[in-house]
Amino acid sequence: MSDEPQQRPTRPIDVRSVGREHVRVDGRAKVTGTAPYAVEHDLGELLGRELPLLHLWLVTSRIAKGRIESVDASRALAHPGVVHVVDHTNAPRLQGDDEPELLVLQTPRVSFRNEIVAVVAAESLEAAREGAALVDVTYAEEPFSAELTDSTPTYKPDSVNPSMPTDTEEGDVDAAIAAAEVLVEETYRTPFEHNNPMEPHAAMAVWEDDPGGGSRLTMYDSTQGVHGVRSAFAPMLGLEPEQVRVLAPNVGGGFGSKGVPHAPEMAVALTARALPGRAVKLAVTRQQMFSLTGYRTATFSHFRLGADDEGRLQALEHRVVEQTSRLKEYAEQTASPTRMMYAGPNRRTSHRLAMLDVAVPSWMRAPGEMPGAYAQEVAIDDLAVRCGLDPVTLRERNEPEIDPDTGKPFHDRRLVECLRRGAERFGWADRPSEPRSRQEGEWWVGTGVAASSYPMMAMPGNTCRVEALHGGRLAVSIGAVDIGTGAWTVLTQIAADALGCPTEAVVLRIGDSDLPSASVAGGSSGTSSWGSAIVAAAQAFREEHGEAPEVGAVTTAAAEENPEKERYAMHSFGAVFAEARVHRWTGEVRVPRLLGVYSVGRVVNPTTARSQLLGGLTMGLSAALFEEGWRDPRFGHTVTQDLATYHVAAHADVQRLEAEWLDEADTVATPMGSRGIGEIGIVGSPAAVVNAVFHATGVRVRDLPVTPDKLVGQL
Amino acid sequence: MRPFDYLRPDDVATAVRAVADDPDARFLAGGTNLVDHLKLGVARPGLLVDVRGLPLHDVEVADVGGGTVLRVGANVRNSDLAAHPVVRREFPAVARALVSAASAQIRHQATTGGNLLQRTRCVYFQDVSTPCNKREPGSGCSAVEGFARYNAVLGASPECVTVHPSDLAVALAAVDASVVTDGPAGERRLPVAELHRLPGDAPEKDTVLEHGELITAVELPASPVAQRSTYYKARDRASYAFALASVAAGLELDGDVVRDVRIVWGGVAHKPWRALRAEEALRGERFSEEAVLAAADAELEQAETSPGTAFKVPMVRGATALVLGRLAGGGR
Ligand SMILES: Cc1cc2nc3c(=O)[nH]c(=O)nc-3n(C[C@H](O)[C@H](O)[C@H](O)COP(=O)(O)OP(=O)(O)OC[C@H]3O[C@@H](n4cnc5c(N)ncnc54)[C@H](O)[C@@H]3O)c2cc1C
Ligand code: SF4
Repeated sequence: MSDEPQQRPTRPIDVRSVGREHVRVDGRAKVTGTAPYAVEHDLGELLGRELPLLHLWLVTSRIAKGRIESVDASRALAHPGVVHVVDHTNAPRLQGDDEPELLVLQTPRVSFRNEIVAVVAAESLEAAREGAALVDVTYAEEPFSAELTDSTPTYKPDSVNPSMPTDTEEGDVDAAIAAAEVLVEETYRTPFEHNNPMEPHAAMAVWEDDPGGGSRLTMYDSTQGVHGVRSAFAPMLGLEPEQVRVLAPNVGGGFGSKGVPHAPEMAVALTARALPGRAVKLAVTRQQMFSLTGYRTATFSHFRLGADDEGRLQALEHRVVEQTSRLKEYAEQTASPTRMMYAGPNRRTSHRLAMLDVAVPSWMRAPGEMPGAYAQEVAIDDLAVRCGLDPVTLRERNEPEIDPDTGKPFHDRRLVECLRRGAERFGWADRPSEPRSRQEGEWWVGTGVAASSYPMMAMPGNTCRVEALHGGRLAVSIGAVDIGTGAWTVLTQIAADALGCPTEAVVLRIGDSDLPSASVAGGSSGTSSWGSAIVAAAQAFREEHGEAPEVGAVTTAAAEENPEKERYAMHSFGAVFAEARVHRWTGEVRVPRLLGVYSVGRVVNPTTARSQLLGGLTMGLSAALFEEGWRDPRFGHTVTQDLATYHVAAHADVQRLEAEWLDEADTVATPMGSRGIGEIGIVGSPAAVVNAVFHATGVRVRDLPVTPDKLVGQL
Repeated sequence: MRPFDYLRPDDVATAVRAVADDPDARFLAGGTNLVDHLKLGVARPGLLVDVRGLPLHDVEVADVGGGTVLRVGANVRNSDLAAHPVVRREFPAVARALVSAASAQIRHQATTGGNLLQRTRCVYFQDVSTPCNKREPGSGCSAVEGFARYNAVLGASPECVTVHPSDLAVALAAVDASVVTDGPAGERRLPVAELHRLPGDAPEKDTVLEHGELITAVELPASPVAQRSTYYKARDRASYAFALASVAAGLELDGDVVRDVRIVWGGVAHKPWRALRAEEALRGERFSEEAVLAAADAELEQAETSPGTAFKVPMVRGATALVLGRLAGGGR
């Protein structure tokens, strides 16, 4: 790790494996159940010594706001198997105050219901759980506010996620609206949505004090970024980054909820700190995930669209109201797609937040883009209806020549091609223009379309090391994390092509913060960011060590920042087509067909890419029809906190689901020609489904999800 | 969870005595509901008496009181019962209700007796941090002014507004099935439609069974309405969701005149809701969609809704029209 990385430019790679199907290199281990996840590891084995293991269980607050008056752990400690209870009175102290969400058990303050107030460590899972039930906590409760309504007071945040301007304005929106021939003025709402990866948030850690001074924290964590966890935790625990090692060889999904560390992981580190020399492990329960691991805020999008009688947009206004937690601000960038998607000389966007005494919201797949595009693409459908225009035609008519947001030219904006190709594949031409004009048996049938986009992102801070091993094999090391997306596979392919060797010769090492640093698996940026570093290191390695390197030859390099980034607005695009059937008697909605056509640059591996896009489409379908976290304002927490009441799409809901992409390579974006595919699938698909429901029934639902109660009785 | 003792007797008398003698004891069958409750802290028994060692595993055709009944042991798994040829042929509503419930894995584990006695899915009942009269009598009902999607529109009380979640119970009520029990007071037989109760001021009591009373079997009498019966479950997603509203119905037509009919609703009350007024309105009438809707409306005059539950009225009305329409059209 002493080798200073050189920043270097990259050349586009010659593709041999990249662009072809390659079976998942970790597939066999996963389907045979032998790939270990966070709490299935053996820390003792990793460290080469016997480590006693303790199970942890979280005690969470029963008030939404106030102070803990007392914690009585005596009954818990008397329970057989319970070893220790950590609470704010005896927890090791944490340093700094930048990360309030991670300052676990530091004060008696309670900032939201179900916040962690104690951790029980025991010799068995059952004892830990019963111990948690036996910890008696008393509180001094204070009045709180946990409800987001149209009249909740709001404020203007300084910026929105990740660091975008809060408001934008161009031209004279009010005048253009007043002069418009066709007007849409509606509010579109999305509910609280919760990430539910298969593997819950989970971690296992040991704290070891070196007799010679110095300490070390070693942690298996279910995270999207091992270096992110290390850099957040080390200073808070009073350690240097080198004293912290975070490993995540396999992660069972994250969708953004594991993009930054959350309180439960710190609770594990803290308990390890309190019990040096013992391995401690925690898997957050499904119910606790609804309070402790982030979620998407509900969003209210107040839209005004003004157009001429041919559907050309003259004014776009998107005013967003959403919420954040008092403990930590998180401002979802819901208006961001409105800033760049369509032409129109007069435009205004804004974000306002209600600050509530609630759990901390965070990233959920396509933050901002998903709820914002939902609102925008249904508003565009509303406009198409009012203009009497086909919604595909309306979108084509409003294609911008340059990015309306930055004023830069787009690089490779191929939305219209996606729309046309999709329309052809879907049989759009046969669609009746009037809604509610097709009935088949007990079902109303209709189709809908929506556009999608996702910004091309590449993160700084990625370094890769290439080292020659025996037998002609090459070790390629970078602390990237495969959260189930296929990173193990595609990074192997990229490394092989960049090195000019077969994939079998590549020994990929990822998922460990002792490896060269890597950015988070988030923002659809993983493959682009890590891949560019791999290409930089591989190309440098060949230049330094040639085609027949000595065993032990090593090169460490980072890709220099892409200079084209300043010249172009870079985005991926897509068009989603949906068919919806609505039951005439019950209002139940089924989606027999969903098709997405995407322009995402070169697809590195069609097998894993298809999974990402189909997964995104499915999550969009799920958001359109089912997902809704119902927060009870009297208590302050989400009461639909399991998978029987927080519905995600089941297999039977997913019928003919197809994703395809334009054949292209964007070597301006990355040396692999790829742009990123992790999130675009969930953008656009909710609106396509909702627009299809309108076309089927003539009933316009603007508040997600479109559950049967919103339709029954009107059919 | 609280540590508990575990018994697995192989005869009914021992099982009944073990539970009857200990107020802290509970029967355990497939565990798909009870084990969840142990983990959540909703149930904290000191003794579990596993009934799966009892000889209650058979499905047999028997003669009871002069008629033919299908006698289903309490331990018969939901998946086996759904696939049983006599059930599929003679009691299609029952087979359909079973396969509409839960997931294949859960149906493999869940038993006939356990299914009938599963407890409400009310979110407050399952969250021990919130008041709930059913879980903790006298603590209050959080659902009255809370999450209402699975609340009742018929027969609720201010003390409890939840619904019974079983699909099977609704279909069994529609085919005039009975439960057979063995308890401290001996054996008895009661109609499934009378097993569950309305909440009244004792919502902690789901059924009329006494502590220690074991369901040993369910008996399904063959009949024309049972043979021409079906089940429809309206729900948020296409599978693996509890009913927003469901209908089990049987129909016997004489030409186009309704000779006999059964209509039982699920998802709308604390028990399977036999729509007696609707049945009465249809019996002897000429079958038509309008007649069915008018009959459903007659029943629904008693409905009491809130903004969160108002949708159930048109939904159950529509589902009734749908189900009877299918039956009249010769479909199931
Ligand atoms: C995710 C999920 C989804 C589900 N979806 C549905 C659905 O859509 N529709 C539906 O109907 N159900 C659904 N269920 C519920 C499922 O059907 C029940 O959990 C199951 O039928 C219970 O049977 P069991 O044998 O596992 O009972 P257990 O959990 O063992 O017992 C349940 C109760 O019955 C008592 N008991 C069991 N057997 C007897 C007996 N012979 N005599 C007296 N008392 C007894 C026990 O003491 C306990 O109180 C779902 C469950 C889950 C977990
Ligand atoms: S409806 Fe019944 S089960 Fe639900 S909270 Fe009220 S009393 Fe409890």
